[in-house]
Amino acid sequence: MRAVDALMECLKAEGVDVVFGYPGGANLPTYDAFVDAGIHHVLVRHEAGGGHAAEGYAKVTGKVGVSFGTSGPGATNLVTPIVDAMMDSVPVVFFTGQVRTDLLGTDGFQEADTIGITMPAVKHSFMITDPRELPRIIHEAFHIARTGRPGPVLIDLPMDLSKADIAYERVTDVHLPGYQPRTTGNAKQIKQAARALAAARRPIIYAGGGVVAAGAADELRDLVRTGKFPITCTLMGLGAYPAPDEQWVGMLGMHGTRAANYAMDEADLICAVGARFDDRITGKLSEFAPRAKFIHIDVDPAEISKNIPAHIPIVGDAKQILGKLVDEYRALETDAGRLDPWWQRIHTWQERHPLTYEPGDGHEIKPQSVIEAIYRVTGGDAIVCSDVGQHQMWAAQYYHFPEPRRWVNSGGLGTMGFGLPAAIGAQMGDPERTTVVVTGDGSIQMNIQELATIKQENLPIKVVVLNNGYLGMVRQWQELFWQERYSHVDMNTFGGEEASPDFVKLADAYGIRGVRLTEAASLEDDLRAAFEAEGPAFIDVRVTRDEKVYPMIAPGEPARNMVG
Amino acid sequence: MVDTNEILSLDELEAAGNIHTGRKHVLSILVENKPGVLTRISGLFTRRGFNIDTLSVGPTDDERISRITLTLDGAVHPIDQVTKQLHKLVNVLKIKDLEPSETVARELALFKVSCDGQTRSEIRELAEVFRGKVVDVGRRSIIVEITGERSKIEAFERLVRPYGLVEMIRTGEVAIARGREET
Ligand SMILES: Cc1ncc(C[n+]2csc(CCOP(=O)(O)OP(=O)(O)O)c2C)c(N)n1
Repeated sequence: MRAVDALMECLKAEGVDVVFGYPGGANLPTYDAFVDAGIHHVLVRHEAGGGHAAEGYAKVTGKVGVSFGTSGPGATNLVTPIVDAMMDSVPVVFFTGQVRTDLLGTDGFQEADTIGITMPAVKHSFMITDPRELPRIIHEAFHIARTGRPGPVLIDLPMDLSKADIAYERVTDVHLPGYQPRTTGNAKQIKQAARALAAARRPIIYAGGGVVAAGAADELRDLVRTGKFPITCTLMGLGAYPAPDEQWVGMLGMHGTRAANYAMDEADLICAVGARFDDRITGKLSEFAPRAKFIHIDVDPAEISKNIPAHIPIVGDAKQILGKLVDEYRALETDAGRLDPWWQRIHTWQERHPLTYEPGDGHEIKPQSVIEAIYRVTGGDAIVCSDVGQHQMWAAQYYHFPEPRRWVNSGGLGTMGFGLPAAIGAQMGDPERTTVVVTGDGSIQMNIQELATIKQENLPIKVVVLNNGYLGMVRQWQELFWQERYSHVDMNTFGGEEASPDFVKLADAYGIRGVRLTEAASLEDDLRAAFEAEGPAFIDVRVTRDEKVYPMIAPGEPARNMVG
Repeated sequence: MVDTNEILSLDELEAAGNIHTGRKHVLSILVENKPGVLTRISGLFTRRGFNIDTLSVGPTDDERISRITLTLDGAVHPIDQVTKQLHKLVNVLKIKDLEPSETVARELALFKVSCDGQTRSEIRELAEVFRGKVVDVGRRSIIVEITGERSKIEAFERLVRPYGLVEMIRTGEVAIARGREET
């Protein structure tokens, strides 16, 4: 059979049920194979949309997402999702078309050095040079994407080789001598970590996206409840521990709660699980958690001691390690009462500094209140896909995620335009669950063409734009740190107060029901009506224009100096 | 119930990793002989801001595997971070941070030195002292080949520089562990 037909067989063998892509000249053979393959291919409207959709699918299902694009511009359009998947450790296999082998290196039509361009941003990549190797390489790609610290893998397939006739035999194992991710943590280190937790007077568990990726939420909850430890999660880790909850102190970092950040600051022991001490978490690194010792659990050895030297490093799969850690900790029969003074201190912070905002004048809609209304309307049970900006932070602060894989956002790269296409993948991965996009009037316009894909696939996605007529997050920084010198952040191109474009008309043009909400008093009822109506909805909510996200660790400041 | 202070005191814990050793390190790396491997390695160094002092690549007795020897300064980089990042590359099979006292390291250098009738013999004598070889003699220049440890090559360079060093080329170090054990 043709190599591309074998490709389809390999996808089926990997259990792939849906892929996202866009055709072109160099991948014509692949698209010909789709005709008879019986694989659900979703035609997106921009390759980046396809890449992000594959990410959304992967984030919600935990399975490997698959994305296709042609050579040259198709491949370069995939660069953003590839980097995004790398930063957030999302398992996606990207297939790019490539020019014929005799044209390689000659600047042929639509030739781009895809392998070279993407090399620093992939977990691994393969250039196909022998079509007989394609099946084995596909399975290796899935294996690499899915295991260890997940990430993007790219396969570049020259046009002529994709048409070549090969003898296909199902591949049942992969052999990668240079790739053996460690899964079981060192038993002695785990014991040591249990003893440290038992000895700590001011411990805190700091969980990141790695807990979600490892499927370790149950084990995490077990540890937290057993030890009566306070728990905080990163932006990527939301849902790893069920919120709200007595022991949940909220998200930490730049826009986290004061309780979480102060607890990190005063802790004597921080147990980091699947988190990487990124600068949005630590604030000023040299003043981060000055009194703390660190247990660091991560599947990627290179993360350990990268930013913060660990005292007890444990490399391996968080699920296995946390499971053993709970057992070791239980065996010590420690009295949780020793943490009472610590909890009192945390409760004081929580009472003194709850997440809050100034109420509006009764008519204006406060952006935070929109998230609270979405939370109530969906019973806290939705998948929330976010774009990047203020709305993202408000969604993270005011929607409480009871389960992992419900919160889909671009945390590491901060990619505007991620939310809408990611929701397509998310909804297809979990078709029964209400899927909401929380976005801004800036971000939505970066991939708004995917409304056509939503219509085409008839996906009941609810898009909620917190429309402030600004690139709000940039505006906030200009206001706070650049002496209110506003530079190119006003999106109201029609001038004055009139926001643009007219999203209701735009949604209508795509065949999607659009509504505009401007009145606080009826906000929740209006939202409910829009959510309950069948099919997709586009909800343009006019919110307070100059609202700011608080509290905040100003750039370069330590956490204890939070403002707002 | 156990008194937790008897179990462990947090004060005893010491941070591990991210340590600057302050000395030169020679890393011997076995990689799969596949296209792009060297680009991946050099790309990784660029991206993470690691500075390579020398790098040499060559075949091994197994044609599917190449050996890369690279040296870098442990005062500038935490070596554990470098090796851990390298290990993440799928085509990297094995990395050894060679212990200086347990390692034989050699580099080859070619020196083109200007000379006249009189200085030519002086340079020849110097080459002999360094157990070097004169590999080419011209009317106004001479080429000397020196093999040895880095310090030896640098010493020779200092000596011939006053004669007028037209050109010099060095291979970068290759290294192998002493004893029976494989590098
Ligand atoms: C692709 C991309 N370009 C630029 C930025 C920088 N940036 C971060 S937030 C932001 C403003 C986002 O505006 P909007 O989507 O309207 O959301 P808001 O902050 O107003 O809620 C910008 C421009 C980015 N994150 N991504």
